[in-house]
Amino acid sequence: MQSIGEKMNNNYKASISDKYKAVVIGGSAGSFQSITKILSIIPSDFPLPMFLCLHRLKHVRNGFVEALSIKSNKVIVEPYDKESIKRGGVYLAPANYHMCLDLGNTLSLATDELVNNSRPAIDLTFDTSAYVYREKLVGILLSGANKDGAAGMARVKEKNGLTIVQDPEESMINAMPNAALAATEIDLVLKVDEIIDFLLLLHQKVKNV
Amino acid sequence: MNQVPEKEIEIAELRKLTQVIKDKYDFEFKDYAMSSFKRRIKRILELYKFKTVDKLVEVLESTPEFFEEFLSEITVNVTEMFRDPTFWKVLREQIIPNILLNHDKISIWHAGCSSGEEVFSMAIMLREMEVLDKAKIIATDIDTAIINKAKLGTYSLKNMDLNSKNYEKAMGKATLQKYYQESGNEAILDKSLVQNVSYRRHDLVKGGVFSKFDLVLCRNVMIYFNQSLQNDVLIKLHESLFKYGYLVIGSKESLIWCDISNKFIVVNNEEKIYKKVKD
Ligand SMILES: C[S@@+](CC[C@H](N)C(=O)[O-])C[C@H]1O[C@@H](n2cnc3c(N)ncnc32)[C@H](O)[C@@H]1O
Repeated sequence: MQSIGEKMNNNYKASISDKYKAVVIGGSAGSFQSITKILSIIPSDFPLPMFLCLHRLKHVRNGFVEALSIKSNKVIVEPYDKESIKRGGVYLAPANYHMCLDLGNTLSLATDELVNNSRPAIDLTFDTSAYVYREKLVGILLSGANKDGAAGMARVKEKNGLTIVQDPEESMINAMPNAALAATEIDLVLKVDEIIDFLLLLHQKVKNV
Repeated sequence: MNQVPEKEIEIAELRKLTQVIKDKYDFEFKDYAMSSFKRRIKRILELYKFKTVDKLVEVLESTPEFFEEFLSEITVNVTEMFRDPTFWKVLREQIIPNILLNHDKISIWHAGCSSGEEVFSMAIMLREMEVLDKAKIIATDIDTAIINKAKLGTYSLKNMDLNSKNYEKAMGKATLQKYYQESGNEAILDKSLVQNVSYRRHDLVKGGVFSKFDLVLCRNVMIYFNQSLQNDVLIKLHESLFKYGYLVIGSKESLIWCDISNKFIVVNNEEKIYKKVKD
């Protein structure tokens, strides 16, 4: 008999494709360790840009990107407004700003109202990434305490991007993946190690594209 | 945002909308950053229960009185007193003294002043430096309603917590409470601080250069513009500065990729303070 893990494995291997052009990751309380783990394993030549929107303290400008960078092979930047998206760049939404994508390879920051009680809001980063990358986007939602990201995931799905959530069983704070599962069709429900495995396989596929 | 995404607003609809606004009201929104402009429009549709962008266009065409309201809703007015406290520290310790080294007057323009917290912050700082009477301050915004709020100088008490924290980090001399009186849920700021401030409506996009300044603050305004509009507006801001005057932008904005960046030098990169060195 096949274990659930193995089934999942086959499942996510089938989803790997060189059509993907970007990865967007959302998370909040409880996802810090997962995200540092992911970043510690992603190789420095992973070519797709990655957009990270993680809930964070609103009035602490410094320290977060440094903490995330300690184990990362990649340089993580908190972009300036209208910064161009580079191949392989990793972009973290700055404290107290929404981070959105605009056509023409551009990141835009904004300070309008909180969305789902959050700024940066995962929904906005996901929504605008889906608009720009459409079916070429991989959306990954990690654990977290509210429903932010669910509507964004629905948008990724609507544009035929790939939707992945962290297995709610893996985390105590699972409101976020559960809300996404309720809001839309999720292609893959993976544990963090499987998400990493997925990204490594994706790396093999896309690195020469 | 609802769980299930509604129909997305199309670029063509936005084009039509901005064209109508331009033709009828002479304001130009076509070069606002698409992602946030779209979100503002979506918010307005929800707020007024308009089903489509076409409906909004129709109302704008038929009801001129609605336009000012529209303008208020389309703009993002989020602001704080002493926003980015470390910036105010540098301003107080370095920039203002530097300007006053060579001049006995100082002219300041708050471009995109919103509800005026930034203006009050400036006035408080200058008063504490005992140079407020040397300052000529002009504060402008595109949104008349928000300018009226700025003139009123009355803010919700619940914002004063953050404002006070910022003040303490930036100034640390007294407490912010010294500068306002509580009345119900509101904080009424000391009007004598801004008695010499001139508030007016001015549109950075279509408006011209109207004066020259030693210090221009245009913080968290241009992030709502696309790159080409940022370039155009920066040319006007540059022209509005005396040579060796200072320009300050928001902490997550940058001049690096703007055409005009070679006419400025970076004075403080962390706080986004630039100095005009070429005409
Ligand atoms: C987020 S507030 C910034 C307030 C303050 N400078 C700060 O940093 O806290 C942006 C302001 O820019 C104004 N604005 C937007 N477009 C403008 C334009 N074309 N001309 C002048 N002001 C504009 C808005 O009305 C709003 O009040």
